[in-house]
Amino acid sequence: MPVQYTSITDEHLAVRQAAGLFDISHMGEVLVTGPAAQPFLNHTLTNDLGKLAAGQGQYTLMCNDRGGVVDDLYVYRLADQEYLLIINASRIEADVTWLERQRRAFGRRSEVELENASERLGALAIQGPRVADFINACFAGASTAGTLVSRASDLKKNEVASFHWAKDTVWLSRTGYTGEDGFEAVAPAPLLEAIWTHVLDAGKAFGLKPAGLGARDTLRTEVCYPLYGHELDEHTTPIEAGLGFFVALDKGEFVGRPVLAEQKAKGTNKKLAAFKMTDRSAPPRPGYVIWSAGQGGARLGAVVSGTMSPSLGVGIGMAFLPPDSAKAGTLLEIEIRGKRAPAVVVPKPFYRKAG
Amino acid sequence: MANVPQDLKYAKSHEWVRVNGDVATIGITDHAQHELTDVVFVELPEVGRQLSAGDACAVVESVKTASDIYSPVSGEIIEANQAVVDDPALVNREPYEAGWFYRIKLSNPAEVGALLGPEQYKLQISGA
Repeated sequence: MPVQYTSITDEHLAVRQAAGLFDISHMGEVLVTGPAAQPFLNHTLTNDLGKLAAGQGQYTLMCNDRGGVVDDLYVYRLADQEYLLIINASRIEADVTWLERQRRAFGRRSEVELENASERLGALAIQGPRVADFINACFAGASTAGTLVSRASDLKKNEVASFHWAKDTVWLSRTGYTGEDGFEAVAPAPLLEAIWTHVLDAGKAFGLKPAGLGARDTLRTEVCYPLYGHELDEHTTPIEAGLGFFVALDKGEFVGRPVLAEQKAKGTNKKLAAFKMTDRSAPPRPGYVIWSAGQGGARLGAVVSGTMSPSLGVGIGMAFLPPDSAKAGTLLEIEIRGKRAPAVVVPKPFYRKAG
Repeated sequence: MANVPQDLKYAKSHEWVRVNGDVATIGITDHAQHELTDVVFVELPEVGRQLSAGDACAVVESVKTASDIYSPVSGEIIEANQAVVDDPALVNREPYEAGWFYRIKLSNPAEVGALLGPEQYKLQISGA
């Protein structure tokens, strides 16, 4: 996927107003199967897999023993004992190594199989308010497995199902990384080019445009979704990143639980905050230092994600701040090329989709 | 192929120079604005600042990146174009007209001769 096909702003606004098509084949896929697949994954991931029936998915995180994030991901229950993990491209090797290590240490390891299917499979994301209007033209007919629906547009948020494609099968989920309605499709890699062309054709009349990495980043920043390597890393916990909702302490033991339980109970030293520039200025960017506003203000941290928001026309960003400074209304100063520009902490997200 | 007006001089770093007596107007080329795509912010040098050729003197930001602008010539800044500060997209729409960055009183007019002509600049960007 290129940074942009035409312009980041154009592609971003197309997703917000109509539809955008992303080639996300760089992402990783891992299949976890077997009679102990569920307990294995529930021990390795933070969210509660017990909530998933076949044909459902959830956002979740994989943590190390210190509660630090190995990766954030989506897990789909394709069938009773079959799970598909969609993982970040930059973490494929780290995740597969970690999962294998966890499997080897797991009591019922002979009842769990792992397959790194990242080379074999590819993926596309189709995102925007108009997608539901043409998704059935992309993937026709009733689903064949997962959530049973008579047409793709009947899938509800987080549901996943398979559909016939040519002589093959595509898995389609009602999920996405943009804050808009949309679908993600996973298919054997050799099919991707034909699927791309077909979707572009079906969506053209509805305003569908190809969209690249640049728009993918501005879209997710506007809705405060984390990006591994920015908001999340092996030294940051889901609690610090504001993702406690996806940490199911009540489900039983899982890797990282002790640290996360303590953080949920006692609080953390740093908290992820969203902020907006208040005067016209250059946009905040990752690495820019953040100061408390006013004379003698303390150094609070550094920007982890930042950009000019195409939807809002103002600079927006996220940063880990001391909990007291992470409250909405706190005045900040962002150091941009040696000068300080004023900003304010705001509630998340910056943008909410219409309707 | 990007627009490369015949009446301008060019720097390898994609700035253009329009000379009028001992005053030069500087902006970025059509090729440069096209590579940047949407300009979202421009930071200009202060009027009165003394520049040497090659000095980083302005910054143009797109959604994704911040790029330094290097002064192709030496002299004193006599005017900064508030229009691109107020409407950064002007740089994309009119890189050679309303989207100019600053005007400079040349301290060494001979420097202009060392800049690229339109044909040389066209060669450079076609190879890019």
